[in-house]
Amino acid sequence: MASPNQLYTPALLEHVQHPDWNFKLEDATCSHEGVNPSCGDDLTIHARLADDGTIAEVSWTGEGCAVSKGSADMMADLMVGLTPAEAKELCATFGELVRGELSAEGAEEELDEAACLASIAHMPARVKCAELAWRTMDEMLSGATEPSSTEDGLVPDAGDAR
Amino acid sequence: MANLCRAPRLSAAEAANLEVNPYKADFPLLVANPELAYLDNAATAQRPACVLEAETRFYETMNANPLRGLYGLSVEATAAIEEARATFARLVGAASPREIVFTRNASESLNLVARTLGEQVLSEGDEVVISILEHHSNLIPWQEVCKRTGATLRWLYPSQEGFFSEEEIEATIGPATRIVSITQLSNVLGVEVPVAAIAKRAREMGAYVVVDGAQSVPHVPVDVRELDCDLLAFSAHKALGPFGVGALWGKLELLEALPPFLTGGEMIDSVTQEGAVWAPVPHKFEAGTQDAAGIYAAGVGLAYLEEVGFEAIEARDAALGRALMEGLAERPFVEVYGPEDANAHHGVVSFNVQGVHPHDVSSILDGANVAIRAGHHCAQPLLTWLGTSSTCRASGTFYNDARDVERFLEAIDTVWSLFHGLA
Repeated sequence: MASPNQLYTPALLEHVQHPDWNFKLEDATCSHEGVNPSCGDDLTIHARLADDGTIAEVSWTGEGCAVSKGSADMMADLMVGLTPAEAKELCATFGELVRGELSAEGAEEELDEAACLASIAHMPARVKCAELAWRTMDEMLSGATEPSSTEDGLVPDAGDAR
Repeated sequence: MANLCRAPRLSAAEAANLEVNPYKADFPLLVANPELAYLDNAATAQRPACVLEAETRFYETMNANPLRGLYGLSVEATAAIEEARATFARLVGAASPREIVFTRNASESLNLVARTLGEQVLSEGDEVVISILEHHSNLIPWQEVCKRTGATLRWLYPSQEGFFSEEEIEATIGPATRIVSITQLSNVLGVEVPVAAIAKRAREMGAYVVVDGAQSVPHVPVDVRELDCDLLAFSAHKALGPFGVGALWGKLELLEALPPFLTGGEMIDSVTQEGAVWAPVPHKFEAGTQDAAGIYAAGVGLAYLEEVGFEAIEARDAALGRALMEGLAERPFVEVYGPEDANAHHGVVSFNVQGVHPHDVSSILDGANVAIRAGHHCAQPLLTWLGTSSTCRASGTFYNDARDVERFLEAIDTVWSLFHGLA
């Protein structure tokens, strides 16, 4: 059966059901927490930098929706071997993709299967879920110390507006 | 003005048959989207054609600034608002249309109450009692007024199913209680709160009783005299009317005693360089130009609800609650919150699918053209108390039917199979 929409692809669900990088890196050189207060997504990204300054390994821990967790797992795959500058650039590319500023085809080469999250651009309330790990990674590499919130500056959850 | 609202009139028994749905045809959005199962009525209702036509008709035939002009059109615009005011008053059992104050929404009504009544009567040592079921709009205004006045906010807790015991009511509402502000129907659990019993205890303690009727007014017959409350807030958009129109009902003598909330044009009798004399109630609380077309159309929406009739509405809500609960009970991977008795849900069912985040559930349901809400439903303290950060919520109303429930349950199965590799 086909997925009811383009978001919950077998690739994403595989990363959710059988994540490769969902553990705490014991020898992490940096960790950073990112939260989406209205969703309850709360992920911590861990990274170990090699002696030459490139990213040797990335992992994630925490709880969240399938989109935030699958996206984090895909990101961890892609970060290995990049310099922090390259990693930040990739985070920016991913941000453009999920905000609909870049097509999936245009991003596939760099983002590999993470490009499948492009369809989330049509679901504005979910963009922050896909972005959480990437924004947290980006802020960690910029030396941020405060937990990152992808809802900073965004419209709050409207809820049952009265 | 002629009654331009003709709604299907079904007996309770007929309305409880979800296979029959004469209502949908009156709702242009539902007609245009026959495959849509709209189950987010607790967030906002769909609007019948007569409401949309009323808004247009106002601008086409009555448009002028109400209350100001001395010419025919303005008089007509004023009459349109006052006709709506009479409908609002009738729906909640007000003694007079003058007891209805128009606001933008229930939140504004509750802010009005907290800022006027709250600031007038509260001081250090006093207590305001609300319940853990409250929507943020009946919580934050009280948190803020308590901070300003030094009063203490106290909470009523129900059983896990959402029912309040007499002991809890007696233990929480006491001599220090000055205001009790309580929802009549939970937007998360669907349970009805025993407002009359709470009001009785509050009266004995000499406290004011404020009711948040945002969720109850479209679903149960509301009679402010029977509830014995002082003030009741509700909004039009959950009751078939346009966005941006709300109301506050208040006992006339209380409204007269309260100071104005917002000030400016329309709410004064006379103004000098030094001060002003307030207009009589309700206009004292209606500063600035109102959304006259919206108010007029909101009155038509409430008239449509009256035509459908609360016997039919309650019977259909209960039938929807049963169909939703029975369907979910057959799926052991779904956890349902609130009463075990489906009839007590008023068509509102909050639930979670094991191991799947509610936002994922709602996105997958959206892919199947089923609209539900996921999140904290503007009741974060309640969800924390329930031990979860968010839930999914299907909320039905009289224009939903068996097909909507069926589509919803099919989509829930899709969620489960997607996440368990069965797809």
